[in-house]
Amino acid sequence: MPGTRTAAHNGHLAEALDDALGSAEPLRSPGLAERLVQAVAGQVRGRVPVADLDERDPDWIRESLPGLWLASSLWFRGEVRGLGNIPEEGPVLLVGNHSGGNMTPDTGVFILAFSTYFGVERRFHQLAHNLVLSMPGLGFLRKWGTVAASPENAEQALRSGAALLVYPGGDHEVHRPSWEGNTVNFAGRQGFIRLALEHDVPIVPVVAVGGQETALFLSRGEGLSKLLGLDRLLRLKVLPISIAIPWGLNIGDMLGHVPLPAKITIEVLPAIHLRDQFGAQPDVDEVYDHVTQTMQETLDALASERRLPILG
Amino acid sequence: MRVGAQIDVAAPPELVWAFVTDPAKTLHFMSGVTRWEVVSAPDRGLGARYRTLMRVGSAEVGGLVETVEYDEPRDIAWTSVTGLDQRGRWRLRPTGPNRTRVELRLSYGVAGAGITGWLAEHVAAPTVRGNLRRSLMELRRQVEHEQARARAAARRAAAARP
Repeated sequence: MPGTRTAAHNGHLAEALDDALGSAEPLRSPGLAERLVQAVAGQVRGRVPVADLDERDPDWIRESLPGLWLASSLWFRGEVRGLGNIPEEGPVLLVGNHSGGNMTPDTGVFILAFSTYFGVERRFHQLAHNLVLSMPGLGFLRKWGTVAASPENAEQALRSGAALLVYPGGDHEVHRPSWEGNTVNFAGRQGFIRLALEHDVPIVPVVAVGGQETALFLSRGEGLSKLLGLDRLLRLKVLPISIAIPWGLNIGDMLGHVPLPAKITIEVLPAIHLRDQFGAQPDVDEVYDHVTQTMQETLDALASERRLPILG
Repeated sequence: MRVGAQIDVAAPPELVWAFVTDPAKTLHFMSGVTRWEVVSAPDRGLGARYRTLMRVGSAEVGGLVETVEYDEPRDIAWTSVTGLDQRGRWRLRPTGPNRTRVELRLSYGVAGAGITGWLAEHVAAPTVRGNLRRSLMELRRQVEHEQARARAAARRAAAARP
């Protein structure tokens, strides 16, 4: 597959796989499920694309915007506020809460809004789980500027002067149960703060509501993931269980689903300049509490505007 | 996709022209337009550039535009430099003493977007057309109000003269 090859240096997934498959002692009489997982892990390892920021294609993004606009406007009735809070130029770390399972409609709505507001000429990258980028049929994500989530790729994007969208909550947050839909849950992950400090870039919180109404998310399935060894082999700490179209009971969400047409509202908050606000040596825990609390307050306000699930 | 709207304003073309060419007034009467920022040294005239955005559906769309025609007080046309492909035109024509027909045209699209581009253009058309109509109605209100204000001021000045 063009543009993809085994990349031991490309993020944690490959390292984890190397550890698990290369140096680990042979599994004792693996069962069918475990053999299946190992086969998938092997496939994934071969498909993890090398991060190449040059794969972002502004012309392709521009031509894909009408399709994205149709989905965003007609299906999700997307509404994005406060884009003026994003600095007009220079690198910036956009930190979002993540919803909607593997379909993550809020990401599409935001990519559209950012691209039309600032123009496709402005460099804009997003970090995604390696598994997402290695899925067949999702190669187009790399043209949008999506790269595998790893500290190296994030640094590379910021060094290039790009705006970088990260979701610290990742798979833990995106598969949270629907009844926790209005909760920001970064699972204590603070790497984004160290990244912003290291590159001295502002953090701009991006708060979205509605994504967790696009299916009925029942459980992250953390126990199931552990039982099958997915956490060890694929860095997948979750095996989400949901009720979604067209599968009915949807375990894993590996093939995605048809998201319900829930209204997606996104609010971009004012930029946080860490050293201006927290001193020369900011306390990471204090910044983390500030960012998550500010985002939670905004999410509460956005949630209070909604009268009915899905309809908004 | 080309959309347009027109309206008759009870004012001379010169007064309407003063409104439509002043970038500081644009956001006051253009419906749906969220940004009309001057980014060139001449703020109006041939070659003047503006960063523009109009809210349509779930996004603010637009881009950098440049004035490519400036025929006072009859026509102004602009075309996009970056962003959405667009070409717009204000067309002012006198239809009688103190009356002007004002026409606002906008062609837009994304070259190379194929069927989704065609579909998006048509789905967006009613919103864009509505924005143009509301803009013209607001322009007429403001221009005629300005004319009435100027006349009243002139009357007061004449009455105060010894």
